[in-house]
Amino acid sequence: MLGYYLRLALKSFGRNPGITALMVLAIALGIAVCVMTLTVYHAMSGNPIWWKNDRLYAVTMDNWDPNHPLMPDSDLPPHEMTYKDTQFLFASNIPLRKVVMYPTLGVISEAGAEPPTQVFTRVTTADFFAMFEAPFLYGNGWSASADKPPQPVIVLSRAENDKLFGGANSVGRTLRWDDHEFRVIGVLNDWFPRPRFYDLNNAAFREPDATYIPYGWGSELQLLNEGESDCWRPEKLDNYKDYEASDCVWQQMWVELPDAATRERFQSFMDGYWAEQRKAGRFQRPKNNRLTDVAQWLRDNQVVDNDNRVLVGLAFAFLALCLINTVGLLLAKFLNGASVTGIRRALGASRRQIFAQLLIEVGVVSVLGALLGLALAALGLVAVHHLYAAASLGERGGYQELTHFDVVGVVWAVILAVAATFAAGLYPAWRIGRLSPATYLKSQ
Amino acid sequence: MLKMHDVSKIYRTDLIETYALRRFSLEVTPGEFVAITGPSGSGKTTFLNVAGLLEEFDSGSYLLEGRDVRSLSDNERSQLRNERIGFIFQSFNLIPDLDVYDNVEVPLRYRRLSGADRRERIGSALELVGLASRARHMPSQLSGGQQQRVAIARAIAGDPAFLLADEPTGNLDSLMSRQVLDLLEQINEMGTTILLVTHDPELARRAQRNVHLVDGQISDFRAYEPHPAVAAGLGSTGAAGA
Repeated sequence: MLGYYLRLALKSFGRNPGITALMVLAIALGIAVCVMTLTVYHAMSGNPIWWKNDRLYAVTMDNWDPNHPLMPDSDLPPHEMTYKDTQFLFASNIPLRKVVMYPTLGVISEAGAEPPTQVFTRVTTADFFAMFEAPFLYGNGWSASADKPPQPVIVLSRAENDKLFGGANSVGRTLRWDDHEFRVIGVLNDWFPRPRFYDLNNAAFREPDATYIPYGWGSELQLLNEGESDCWRPEKLDNYKDYEASDCVWQQMWVELPDAATRERFQSFMDGYWAEQRKAGRFQRPKNNRLTDVAQWLRDNQVVDNDNRVLVGLAFAFLALCLINTVGLLLAKFLNGASVTGIRRALGASRRQIFAQLLIEVGVVSVLGALLGLALAALGLVAVHHLYAAASLGERGGYQELTHFDVVGVVWAVILAVAATFAAGLYPAWRIGRLSPATYLKSQ
Repeated sequence: MLKMHDVSKIYRTDLIETYALRRFSLEVTPGEFVAITGPSGSGKTTFLNVAGLLEEFDSGSYLLEGRDVRSLSDNERSQLRNERIGFIFQSFNLIPDLDVYDNVEVPLRYRRLSGADRRERIGSALELVGLASRARHMPSQLSGGQQQRVAIARAIAGDPAFLLADEPTGNLDSLMSRQVLDLLEQINEMGTTILLVTHDPELARRAQRNVHLVDGQISDFRAYEPHPAVAAGLGSTGAAGA
C-alpha cells in the first residue's frame, strides 16, 4: 500500500500544484532560517574540542586587587596569570600535558623573497599542538627540550606556508622572524577551532596564529604580549625583567588532567602554592583558584552573547509559524479533496487507511520542504559568507569560517522539520478521516 | 439480507429537528431488485446512506446479513462496505485524476488483493460493462453513460452481495438510462441484490418491488407491476412481492 499511497500523493500534488508549492515553500523557509541560525550559533558557541572537555582545563588564580574584584558583577578571577605564577605551576609534573603561552607580533619573511609582513605569533610551550590536537600537514611541533633554552624552530599555519612557500613542504627551510633565523619544523593543516577556546581574550573568532615559536623566545627576545595584559596596581616596568616579575596578568595556562584524581592533585598543588604566596603578601583576595573546563570557559567568557540566543529563539519561532501555516494549508488542501476522500470511504477505506494515505502525502511534502530548505540554507550561508567578507583577515579565517554547514546540526534540523511537519499534518489528516463519508458525498 | 426495524434518522440544528427517516422498517431478501421512490426530501438518499453504512441512525435496529450494524466498529463497517456493498451514485463519483482502470481498482486496493487478482476482477468488470477498451481513458474523456458504466464496474468488481444505486440515471439521457438499467437487471439476474433510488416511475417499474417514501416513512409498498407493454409482449413474469 505504501507505493499506492505514494502514487496517490503525487497525483494529489498535481491536482493542487499551487497549494502544494506553498506548503513546500513554507516548510523550506522555516527550515532554511533555522538551519542557518543554528549553524552560525553552533559555530559561535559550540565547544570545538568537546571530546576533551573532561580533560582540558584553563588555569586561573585571583591575584587581583584585594579591595576590588576584577569585574563588579562576577566572582571570576582574571583570565590570565602572572609570569611567575605560570612558571611555578608549569614546573609541576602532575598534568599529563601543560601549556603556557601568549600572543605576540613578529615580522616574517623568507630569505628576502617576499616583502616582510607582520603576523600574529603564538609564543608557546611544546605541548600546545598535542594538547589542542592541532593537525600537521607537514612535519611536527617541537619537543619540550626546545622550549628552554629555546631552539630556533618555527611552526607555520597552512595559510602562512602558502604565502611564503607556495604551499610546498617547507620543513627544513629557513626564514627570518623578527630578524632572527628560524627553521621550519612543521606546517599545520587547516585548523580553525571556532571559537579559539584557548585564547578567548584576544578575538575569539579570529583565524589561528600564523606562526608558533618556542616559549623561551619570549624572555630571550623580550617579546611583549600583543593581546590582553592587565595590572591591578601601578607597577614599575622599566624593563622586561620587571614585566616578568610584576603582578600583571598576561600569560595563559592550560593543563590536561586525564582523570578526577589527577585533577584533585593539581588543584591541591595550586592551593598549596596560593597559601604560600598569600603568606608572602600576595593573593589577598579570597581563594579562587580554578581549573575550568572548555565548556564552562566558554560560558564564563560569554562567547555567545544574548543577541545570538535571541536569534535562535526567533528562528524557531519562525519555523513554528511556518508549520502553523502549513497546518492551515494542509487543512485547506485536504478539505478541497474531501469529496474524493468521501468516495474512498464509501468504497471501503477505513479511517486508518485514509489517515495513512494523508500522512504519506504529508511526509512527501515535508521531505520536499526539507530538501528545498537545505538548498535555501546553503544559499543563505553563502550569502552570509560574502556578507562577512569585509571582516575577513585573509582568505581563510575570520567570520567567513562561521558559515559552513554543521552536518550534525543540519541532520538534526532536517529531522526536526520532517517530524514537525508530520506532527503538523496529524491534525488535518485525523480530522478529514473522522468525518462521516456521507458528508462529502452530499457535496456531489 | 437487509432488515431495518423502526429506524429513525434525525438531523438537528440549533432551531429545528428534521426526521429524514421516521420509524422506517424494511426487509430485503437476497436477490431482490427493490426500487425506492418518493418526492425530493422524502428520505430516499438517507435510507440508502444508512443502508450502505455511510451514515449512522438515531434509533431502531438494522441487521445486515444477520449482523447488528450498531455494534460494528468503523473498521468493521468499512470492511463490510468494501466487501459486501457496491455503490452507484447519480453523479458517478469517479475520481477525476485516476483513469478507468485505477477507478475500478480503488475498492480492490482496500481489500488488499493481489495484483493478479485485481487485474482479473477489473478485466471481468470492464468486460461486463463493455468498456474494456477504455481502461486507460480518464473520466473526462468519457460520456455520461460511459462514466456511469465505469461506476457500475467499480461497484461490482469486488463481487458485492448487494448494490445501492442512488438515481443512477439522473444525469443521463433516455438512451443511456436504458443501457444502465439493462446492465443493472443483468447484474440482478446474476444474483446481486439491488436497491435502486429513483424519481422516475418508469424506472421503478423495472424493479421487482417498489417502496414509496414520504417524509421519511413508507407510504406505499407495492409488488412489482410489469409495464403493460412488457406484460403483453413477454407474458407474466411473476412478481417477487413483499
